[in-house]
Amino acid sequence: MAQEDTNVIDQPEVLRHKMVTIEISGKKYEVPEGITVIKALWHTGQEVVRGAGCLGGFCGACATYYRTKDDPKVRTCLACQMAVEDGMSFTIMPPFPARKALYDIQSLKDPKQDLFNLYPEAPLCRNCNACTEACPQKIDVREGVWKAVFGDFKSVSEMFMDCVMCGMCTPVCIADIAPNLVALYVSRAQGAHFTEKPEGLDIRIKEIQDGRFNDEWNKVLAMNEQELADHCATVK
Amino acid sequence: MDIHALQQIVHQTRDARRKQTIPKFSPVDRDQLIHKYHPDYRTSAYRPIRFGPNAKDKTVVELAALLEGDSSIAENIDLTPHYTTDVLVVGGGGAGCAAALHAHGTGAKVILATKLRLGDSNSVMAQGGMQISVAPEDSPVTHFLDTLKGGHMQNDHELLKVMVEDGPSIAKWLIELGVLFDRQADGNLHVKKGGGSSKPRLLTCSDYTGLEIMRVLKDEVLNQKIQLLEFCAAVELLSDDNGHCTGAIFKDLDNHRQVVVAAKSVILATGGIGRLHIQGFPTSNHYGATGDGLCLSYRMGAKLDHIDTFQYHPSGAVYPEQLIGALVTEGIRSEGGHLVNAKGERFVNELDTRDVVSSSIIRECEEGRGIRTMSGRVGVWLDTPLLDAEHGPGTVEKHFPAMMMQFERFGIDISKDPVLIYPTLHYQNGGVKIDANSETNVKNLFVAGEASGGLHGRNRLMGNSLLDLMVFGKRSGLTAASRAGSMPQGKLTLQHLRRFRAEAKQHGSSSGVISPMILPAYTRKEPERTVNG
Repeated sequence: MAQEDTNVIDQPEVLRHKMVTIEISGKKYEVPEGITVIKALWHTGQEVVRGAGCLGGFCGACATYYRTKDDPKVRTCLACQMAVEDGMSFTIMPPFPARKALYDIQSLKDPKQDLFNLYPEAPLCRNCNACTEACPQKIDVREGVWKAVFGDFKSVSEMFMDCVMCGMCTPVCIADIAPNLVALYVSRAQGAHFTEKPEGLDIRIKEIQDGRFNDEWNKVLAMNEQELADHCATVK
Repeated sequence: MDIHALQQIVHQTRDARRKQTIPKFSPVDRDQLIHKYHPDYRTSAYRPIRFGPNAKDKTVVELAALLEGDSSIAENIDLTPHYTTDVLVVGGGGAGCAAALHAHGTGAKVILATKLRLGDSNSVMAQGGMQISVAPEDSPVTHFLDTLKGGHMQNDHELLKVMVEDGPSIAKWLIELGVLFDRQADGNLHVKKGGGSSKPRLLTCSDYTGLEIMRVLKDEVLNQKIQLLEFCAAVELLSDDNGHCTGAIFKDLDNHRQVVVAAKSVILATGGIGRLHIQGFPTSNHYGATGDGLCLSYRMGAKLDHIDTFQYHPSGAVYPEQLIGALVTEGIRSEGGHLVNAKGERFVNELDTRDVVSSSIIRECEEGRGIRTMSGRVGVWLDTPLLDAEHGPGTVEKHFPAMMMQFERFGIDISKDPVLIYPTLHYQNGGVKIDANSETNVKNLFVAGEASGGLHGRNRLMGNSLLDLMVFGKRSGLTAASRAGSMPQGKLTLQHLRRFRAEAKQHGSSSGVISPMILPAYTRKEPERTVNG
């Protein structure tokens, strides 16, 4: 798949002199200080297929566990958004076999009650807070799970707007809850069932169906190139 | 000089700049600026394509090499299909998910194949919003005219009319699926003003619009139990005796096996080309944005449109080094953020179209009014703290949480310090030429989303991409599905490839590369002791 190795656009220039020692999946490597975790993988000659996605911190493909020098605490990050430092040790999280409930969001009759049928484990949270600590997006995940269970779907949908679905909250849960999937269900239910219908949108759809803009269309589409350019210039 | 010392001029000049109004360029000045500084006009970066449907048309050298590239597939391979389907969707971003859902909704059998995971795409990163004319003072015609103006009058009128008119019903569909667009106090959709638009028209989900839409669409694809082939990269299309498209060959990236899929129609929703790093530019694009759909359809005989023009988003991060090329959303400028050069001056109306703003930033930097980082990169300031000064403390944090977090990870508080930016390769304005149903000149081969061309002319307007994905994803999905009932599965052959190879040979063979590229070549081959760079 890779034919050339001359492309260095995304490689760092600034810290090229200082090399640091890091550990990738338990193996030591020297890499330039300050490059991102994902670039460290490329730098050490590894082909990355799983474990990279948008490279912009939005898709959650590069969920990673890491530990810094002499710190016993294992933390989480997105590999494309984290710089390496000396003594750092990391490993990309493999896909975790979480159970996603299947549902037809539009035909739900009682979404707040249906939560307990779709995710019966959701009310079994034992308050350990590991999910919140595992979230690289700093969402208060534990609080979100409780709010979902108590039917405060609006707050959950706001709290989880930052969620990139990396799923790091799931392997740590001792009650086998997949909090990101619970929150996704809750957010969709909030949007589909508990949010006001925008009246103006229906009016606009009807206007288009009724041909309210047809005269204007006919006028615009009959113009020659110059007339159209002049007309565009009058739109301010 | 230290970056923080250089920033001081932005703070010092803020109050004086707030009183200024910068007029937009006149049409003549605007054209001059673009011709002199926009990367699309750097002739040394271009060459004619030697053969194929767009023979003699010019495009950037990086893309020309891939279009003329050879297939990895031998002509004598066994084409017995592993899977058979009505509609085969290639690509798991916004257009691919929309196509799959709409096709599936009619009862057709759908397979969605993607070379990474479902949803890994540029769509997920779209921050600015989606343009749909829902406001009472706005109209689809005004949306049409704004887009045409932004696209230098080169847009395909038919495609554009379809997009702006389908927009409102797309918004309704997404809301019914549970997408949480920002609302006004009265429950109506909140609209923001985008660069190059005469009316506020951007529907947003704070600065997570693409992420929110993609979370919902991905979930819906799973709920509908649409068959997925993840980590399967399309490497060649299949055609019958008439040259119609009948399926595709994939490479499973996990076990390196070939997977043959027979399909009555194929929808390519493979996205853009940012990872080709055209002209050496960094990019805001996702890992797989390597233009695969362009190469596949080109070999099949599909004509491309506007492939000499690319969008360089004005604000790609220049500092810190880890965020090089990452997008700093246009929303900042929509809300009044100034662009400021090293002398503390504004130099462009920040809400002009992307090509104009990018050209003016390049002008400032080339004429020595840029700011140089310690790593030798050059850029100009985007005055983010101005938003808090203008609209009250907490504005940046409330409206741009994604961006706040992105910079916070590197110890930068963008509500207190300005951001250094330079244009980043963002979007392929052109692509495979399609009709209003998203079909190419090759029958039963559809292309939807960024891989398609014509709709955006020579410069895409902010917020029109998300709408493009949804509208043409839907149209391709519905049209492909509607044919399935009355159409038998065509033969699976590689005749188009034989023809393409013969033509390549006539012109002194292919460019020597194998296309599609699939993933960029970032993995370093040299031994560890070689210092990088």
